[in-house]
Amino acid sequence: MTPVLSFRNVWVEYGDHVVLEKVSLDVAPGAFVSIVGPSGAGKSTFLRLALGQEAPSRGEILLDGAPIPAEPGPDRGVVFQRYSVFPHMTVLQNVMFGARCDQAPLTGLLMGADRRQAKAEAVAILEQVGLSAALKAFPRALSGGMQQRLAIAQALITKPRILLLDEPFGALDPGVRLDMHELITGLWREHGLTILMVTHDIKEAFKLGTRVIAVDKRRHDPHAPKRYGSTAVYDFPLDDKQKTAIPREIAALGARD
Amino acid sequence: MRRLLNARPRGGGRLLLGLLPIAILILLYLVASQARHAENPRDKILPTPAAMAESMEIMALQKDPRTGEIPLAADTKASLTRLGIAVGAAAATTLVLGLSIGLLPYARAGLGPLVATISVIPPIAVLPILFIVFGLGETAKIVLIFVGITPFMVRDLASHVAAIPEEQIVKAQTLGASTWLVALQVALPQAMPRLIDSVRFSLGPAWVFLISAEAIASDVGLGYRIFLVRRYLAMDIILPYVAWISLLAVIIDLALLTWSRTAFRWAHAPGGRR
Repeated sequence: MTPVLSFRNVWVEYGDHVVLEKVSLDVAPGAFVSIVGPSGAGKSTFLRLALGQEAPSRGEILLDGAPIPAEPGPDRGVVFQRYSVFPHMTVLQNVMFGARCDQAPLTGLLMGADRRQAKAEAVAILEQVGLSAALKAFPRALSGGMQQRLAIAQALITKPRILLLDEPFGALDPGVRLDMHELITGLWREHGLTILMVTHDIKEAFKLGTRVIAVDKRRHDPHAPKRYGSTAVYDFPLDDKQKTAIPREIAALGARD
Repeated sequence: MRRLLNARPRGGGRLLLGLLPIAILILLYLVASQARHAENPRDKILPTPAAMAESMEIMALQKDPRTGEIPLAADTKASLTRLGIAVGAAAATTLVLGLSIGLLPYARAGLGPLVATISVIPPIAVLPILFIVFGLGETAKIVLIFVGITPFMVRDLASHVAAIPEEQIVKAQTLGASTWLVALQVALPQAMPRLIDSVRFSLGPAWVFLISAEAIASDVGLGYRIFLVRRYLAMDIILPYVAWISLLAVIIDLALLTWSRTAFRWAHAPGGRR
């Protein structure tokens, strides 16, 4: 099976500063991959690379076997920790935005049957994420958790090949976070999504992921801390039994954070 | 005893407190005017309210036999037309340039320095150039206002658009939006409330430029009139004209604020600071 997303010997360098080195990684269809690592280890660089916001200095990144376009596109959905939704659109308009871009590239406005269909799809997905009572609300009237539900619904409407999550639940209260874990797991199963999630919460990574990748520096030169970059130091495929126990070396990584 | 910091006026008290300084100023004027008239009944410097009302009746209700028009109406129409065209053109230019500079790195690199340079030129200093180039007609006055307020508005809007979180711009692209749709559907609606604010702040300078231009070369307009009657020390006309200009400014400001609040409800927190 062709991996949805592959990193082939990817390096990211800014002058002498090596951020990522020798990263090779295949994300299989239907996988839920969590990326963990200490702050500043370059976790988010993974997502910037996958989004096309940044290009690797060396190596290549493939989406369904073809090099990814060098800019964000509808084949890769994203949910950031914050600012993912448009403050000037209502909940419904936020979710319909994808359809509007797709079907009305000139005006961004839909009419008649197209509009009704887009609206029906948006309402259906908003129902799944539990926002059907707030269709006409503006995001500022929503709680942090509800805004993230909205951001997820908005990303799912374009049926992306891979959903990228950047610390999606990092700013939420613990109780809300548990609800969101349930929600994302449900959506992942139901829609057969492929997900790449960056998080600094190791428990979350193990709980949600079918595979956990830890990113850190393999080598460290105290006199030249920027000389060596991070790479995937551990790669755990998980089955359900393993999900309860977090390997000791990963737990140690978290303690350093 | 509560700290002064924490004591807040409420409801009617707040309104009363706001009116108090205005009432005191009016009272001071009346007392001073009375005193001067007691000394010299023909004093022109601090006219009595009755004298002002009498003069304004001529200006606001009677047709000028020479032009066949009511002076106040003609002046107001001429000034507001100049102001409206100039501010409208400035706002339209600001939208196009501000969105481009705020969104597109190439536009920022190409136009940013130019706008920054133009915005430090004192507009009144180029007024002679405008008169030479455009003549003494309407164009020069409109261009002066336009040149005076546009660079500031462009810089303000560009920095506001550039401050839209990158997450939003990336998200829009992952939903399939082109550069055009990001500008039209993401940046433009978020720029509008800021543009309206920017117009509100620019109206102060715009009035200054309008009245300066009218004072120097014009034959009708609010600024022209007050500088004309200055020669006769006609404070009984100047003071009501200044009050009328202030009233117009307040009405325009309130109209813009109301528009922003109704059309861009999302940008105004319920009961919030804006």
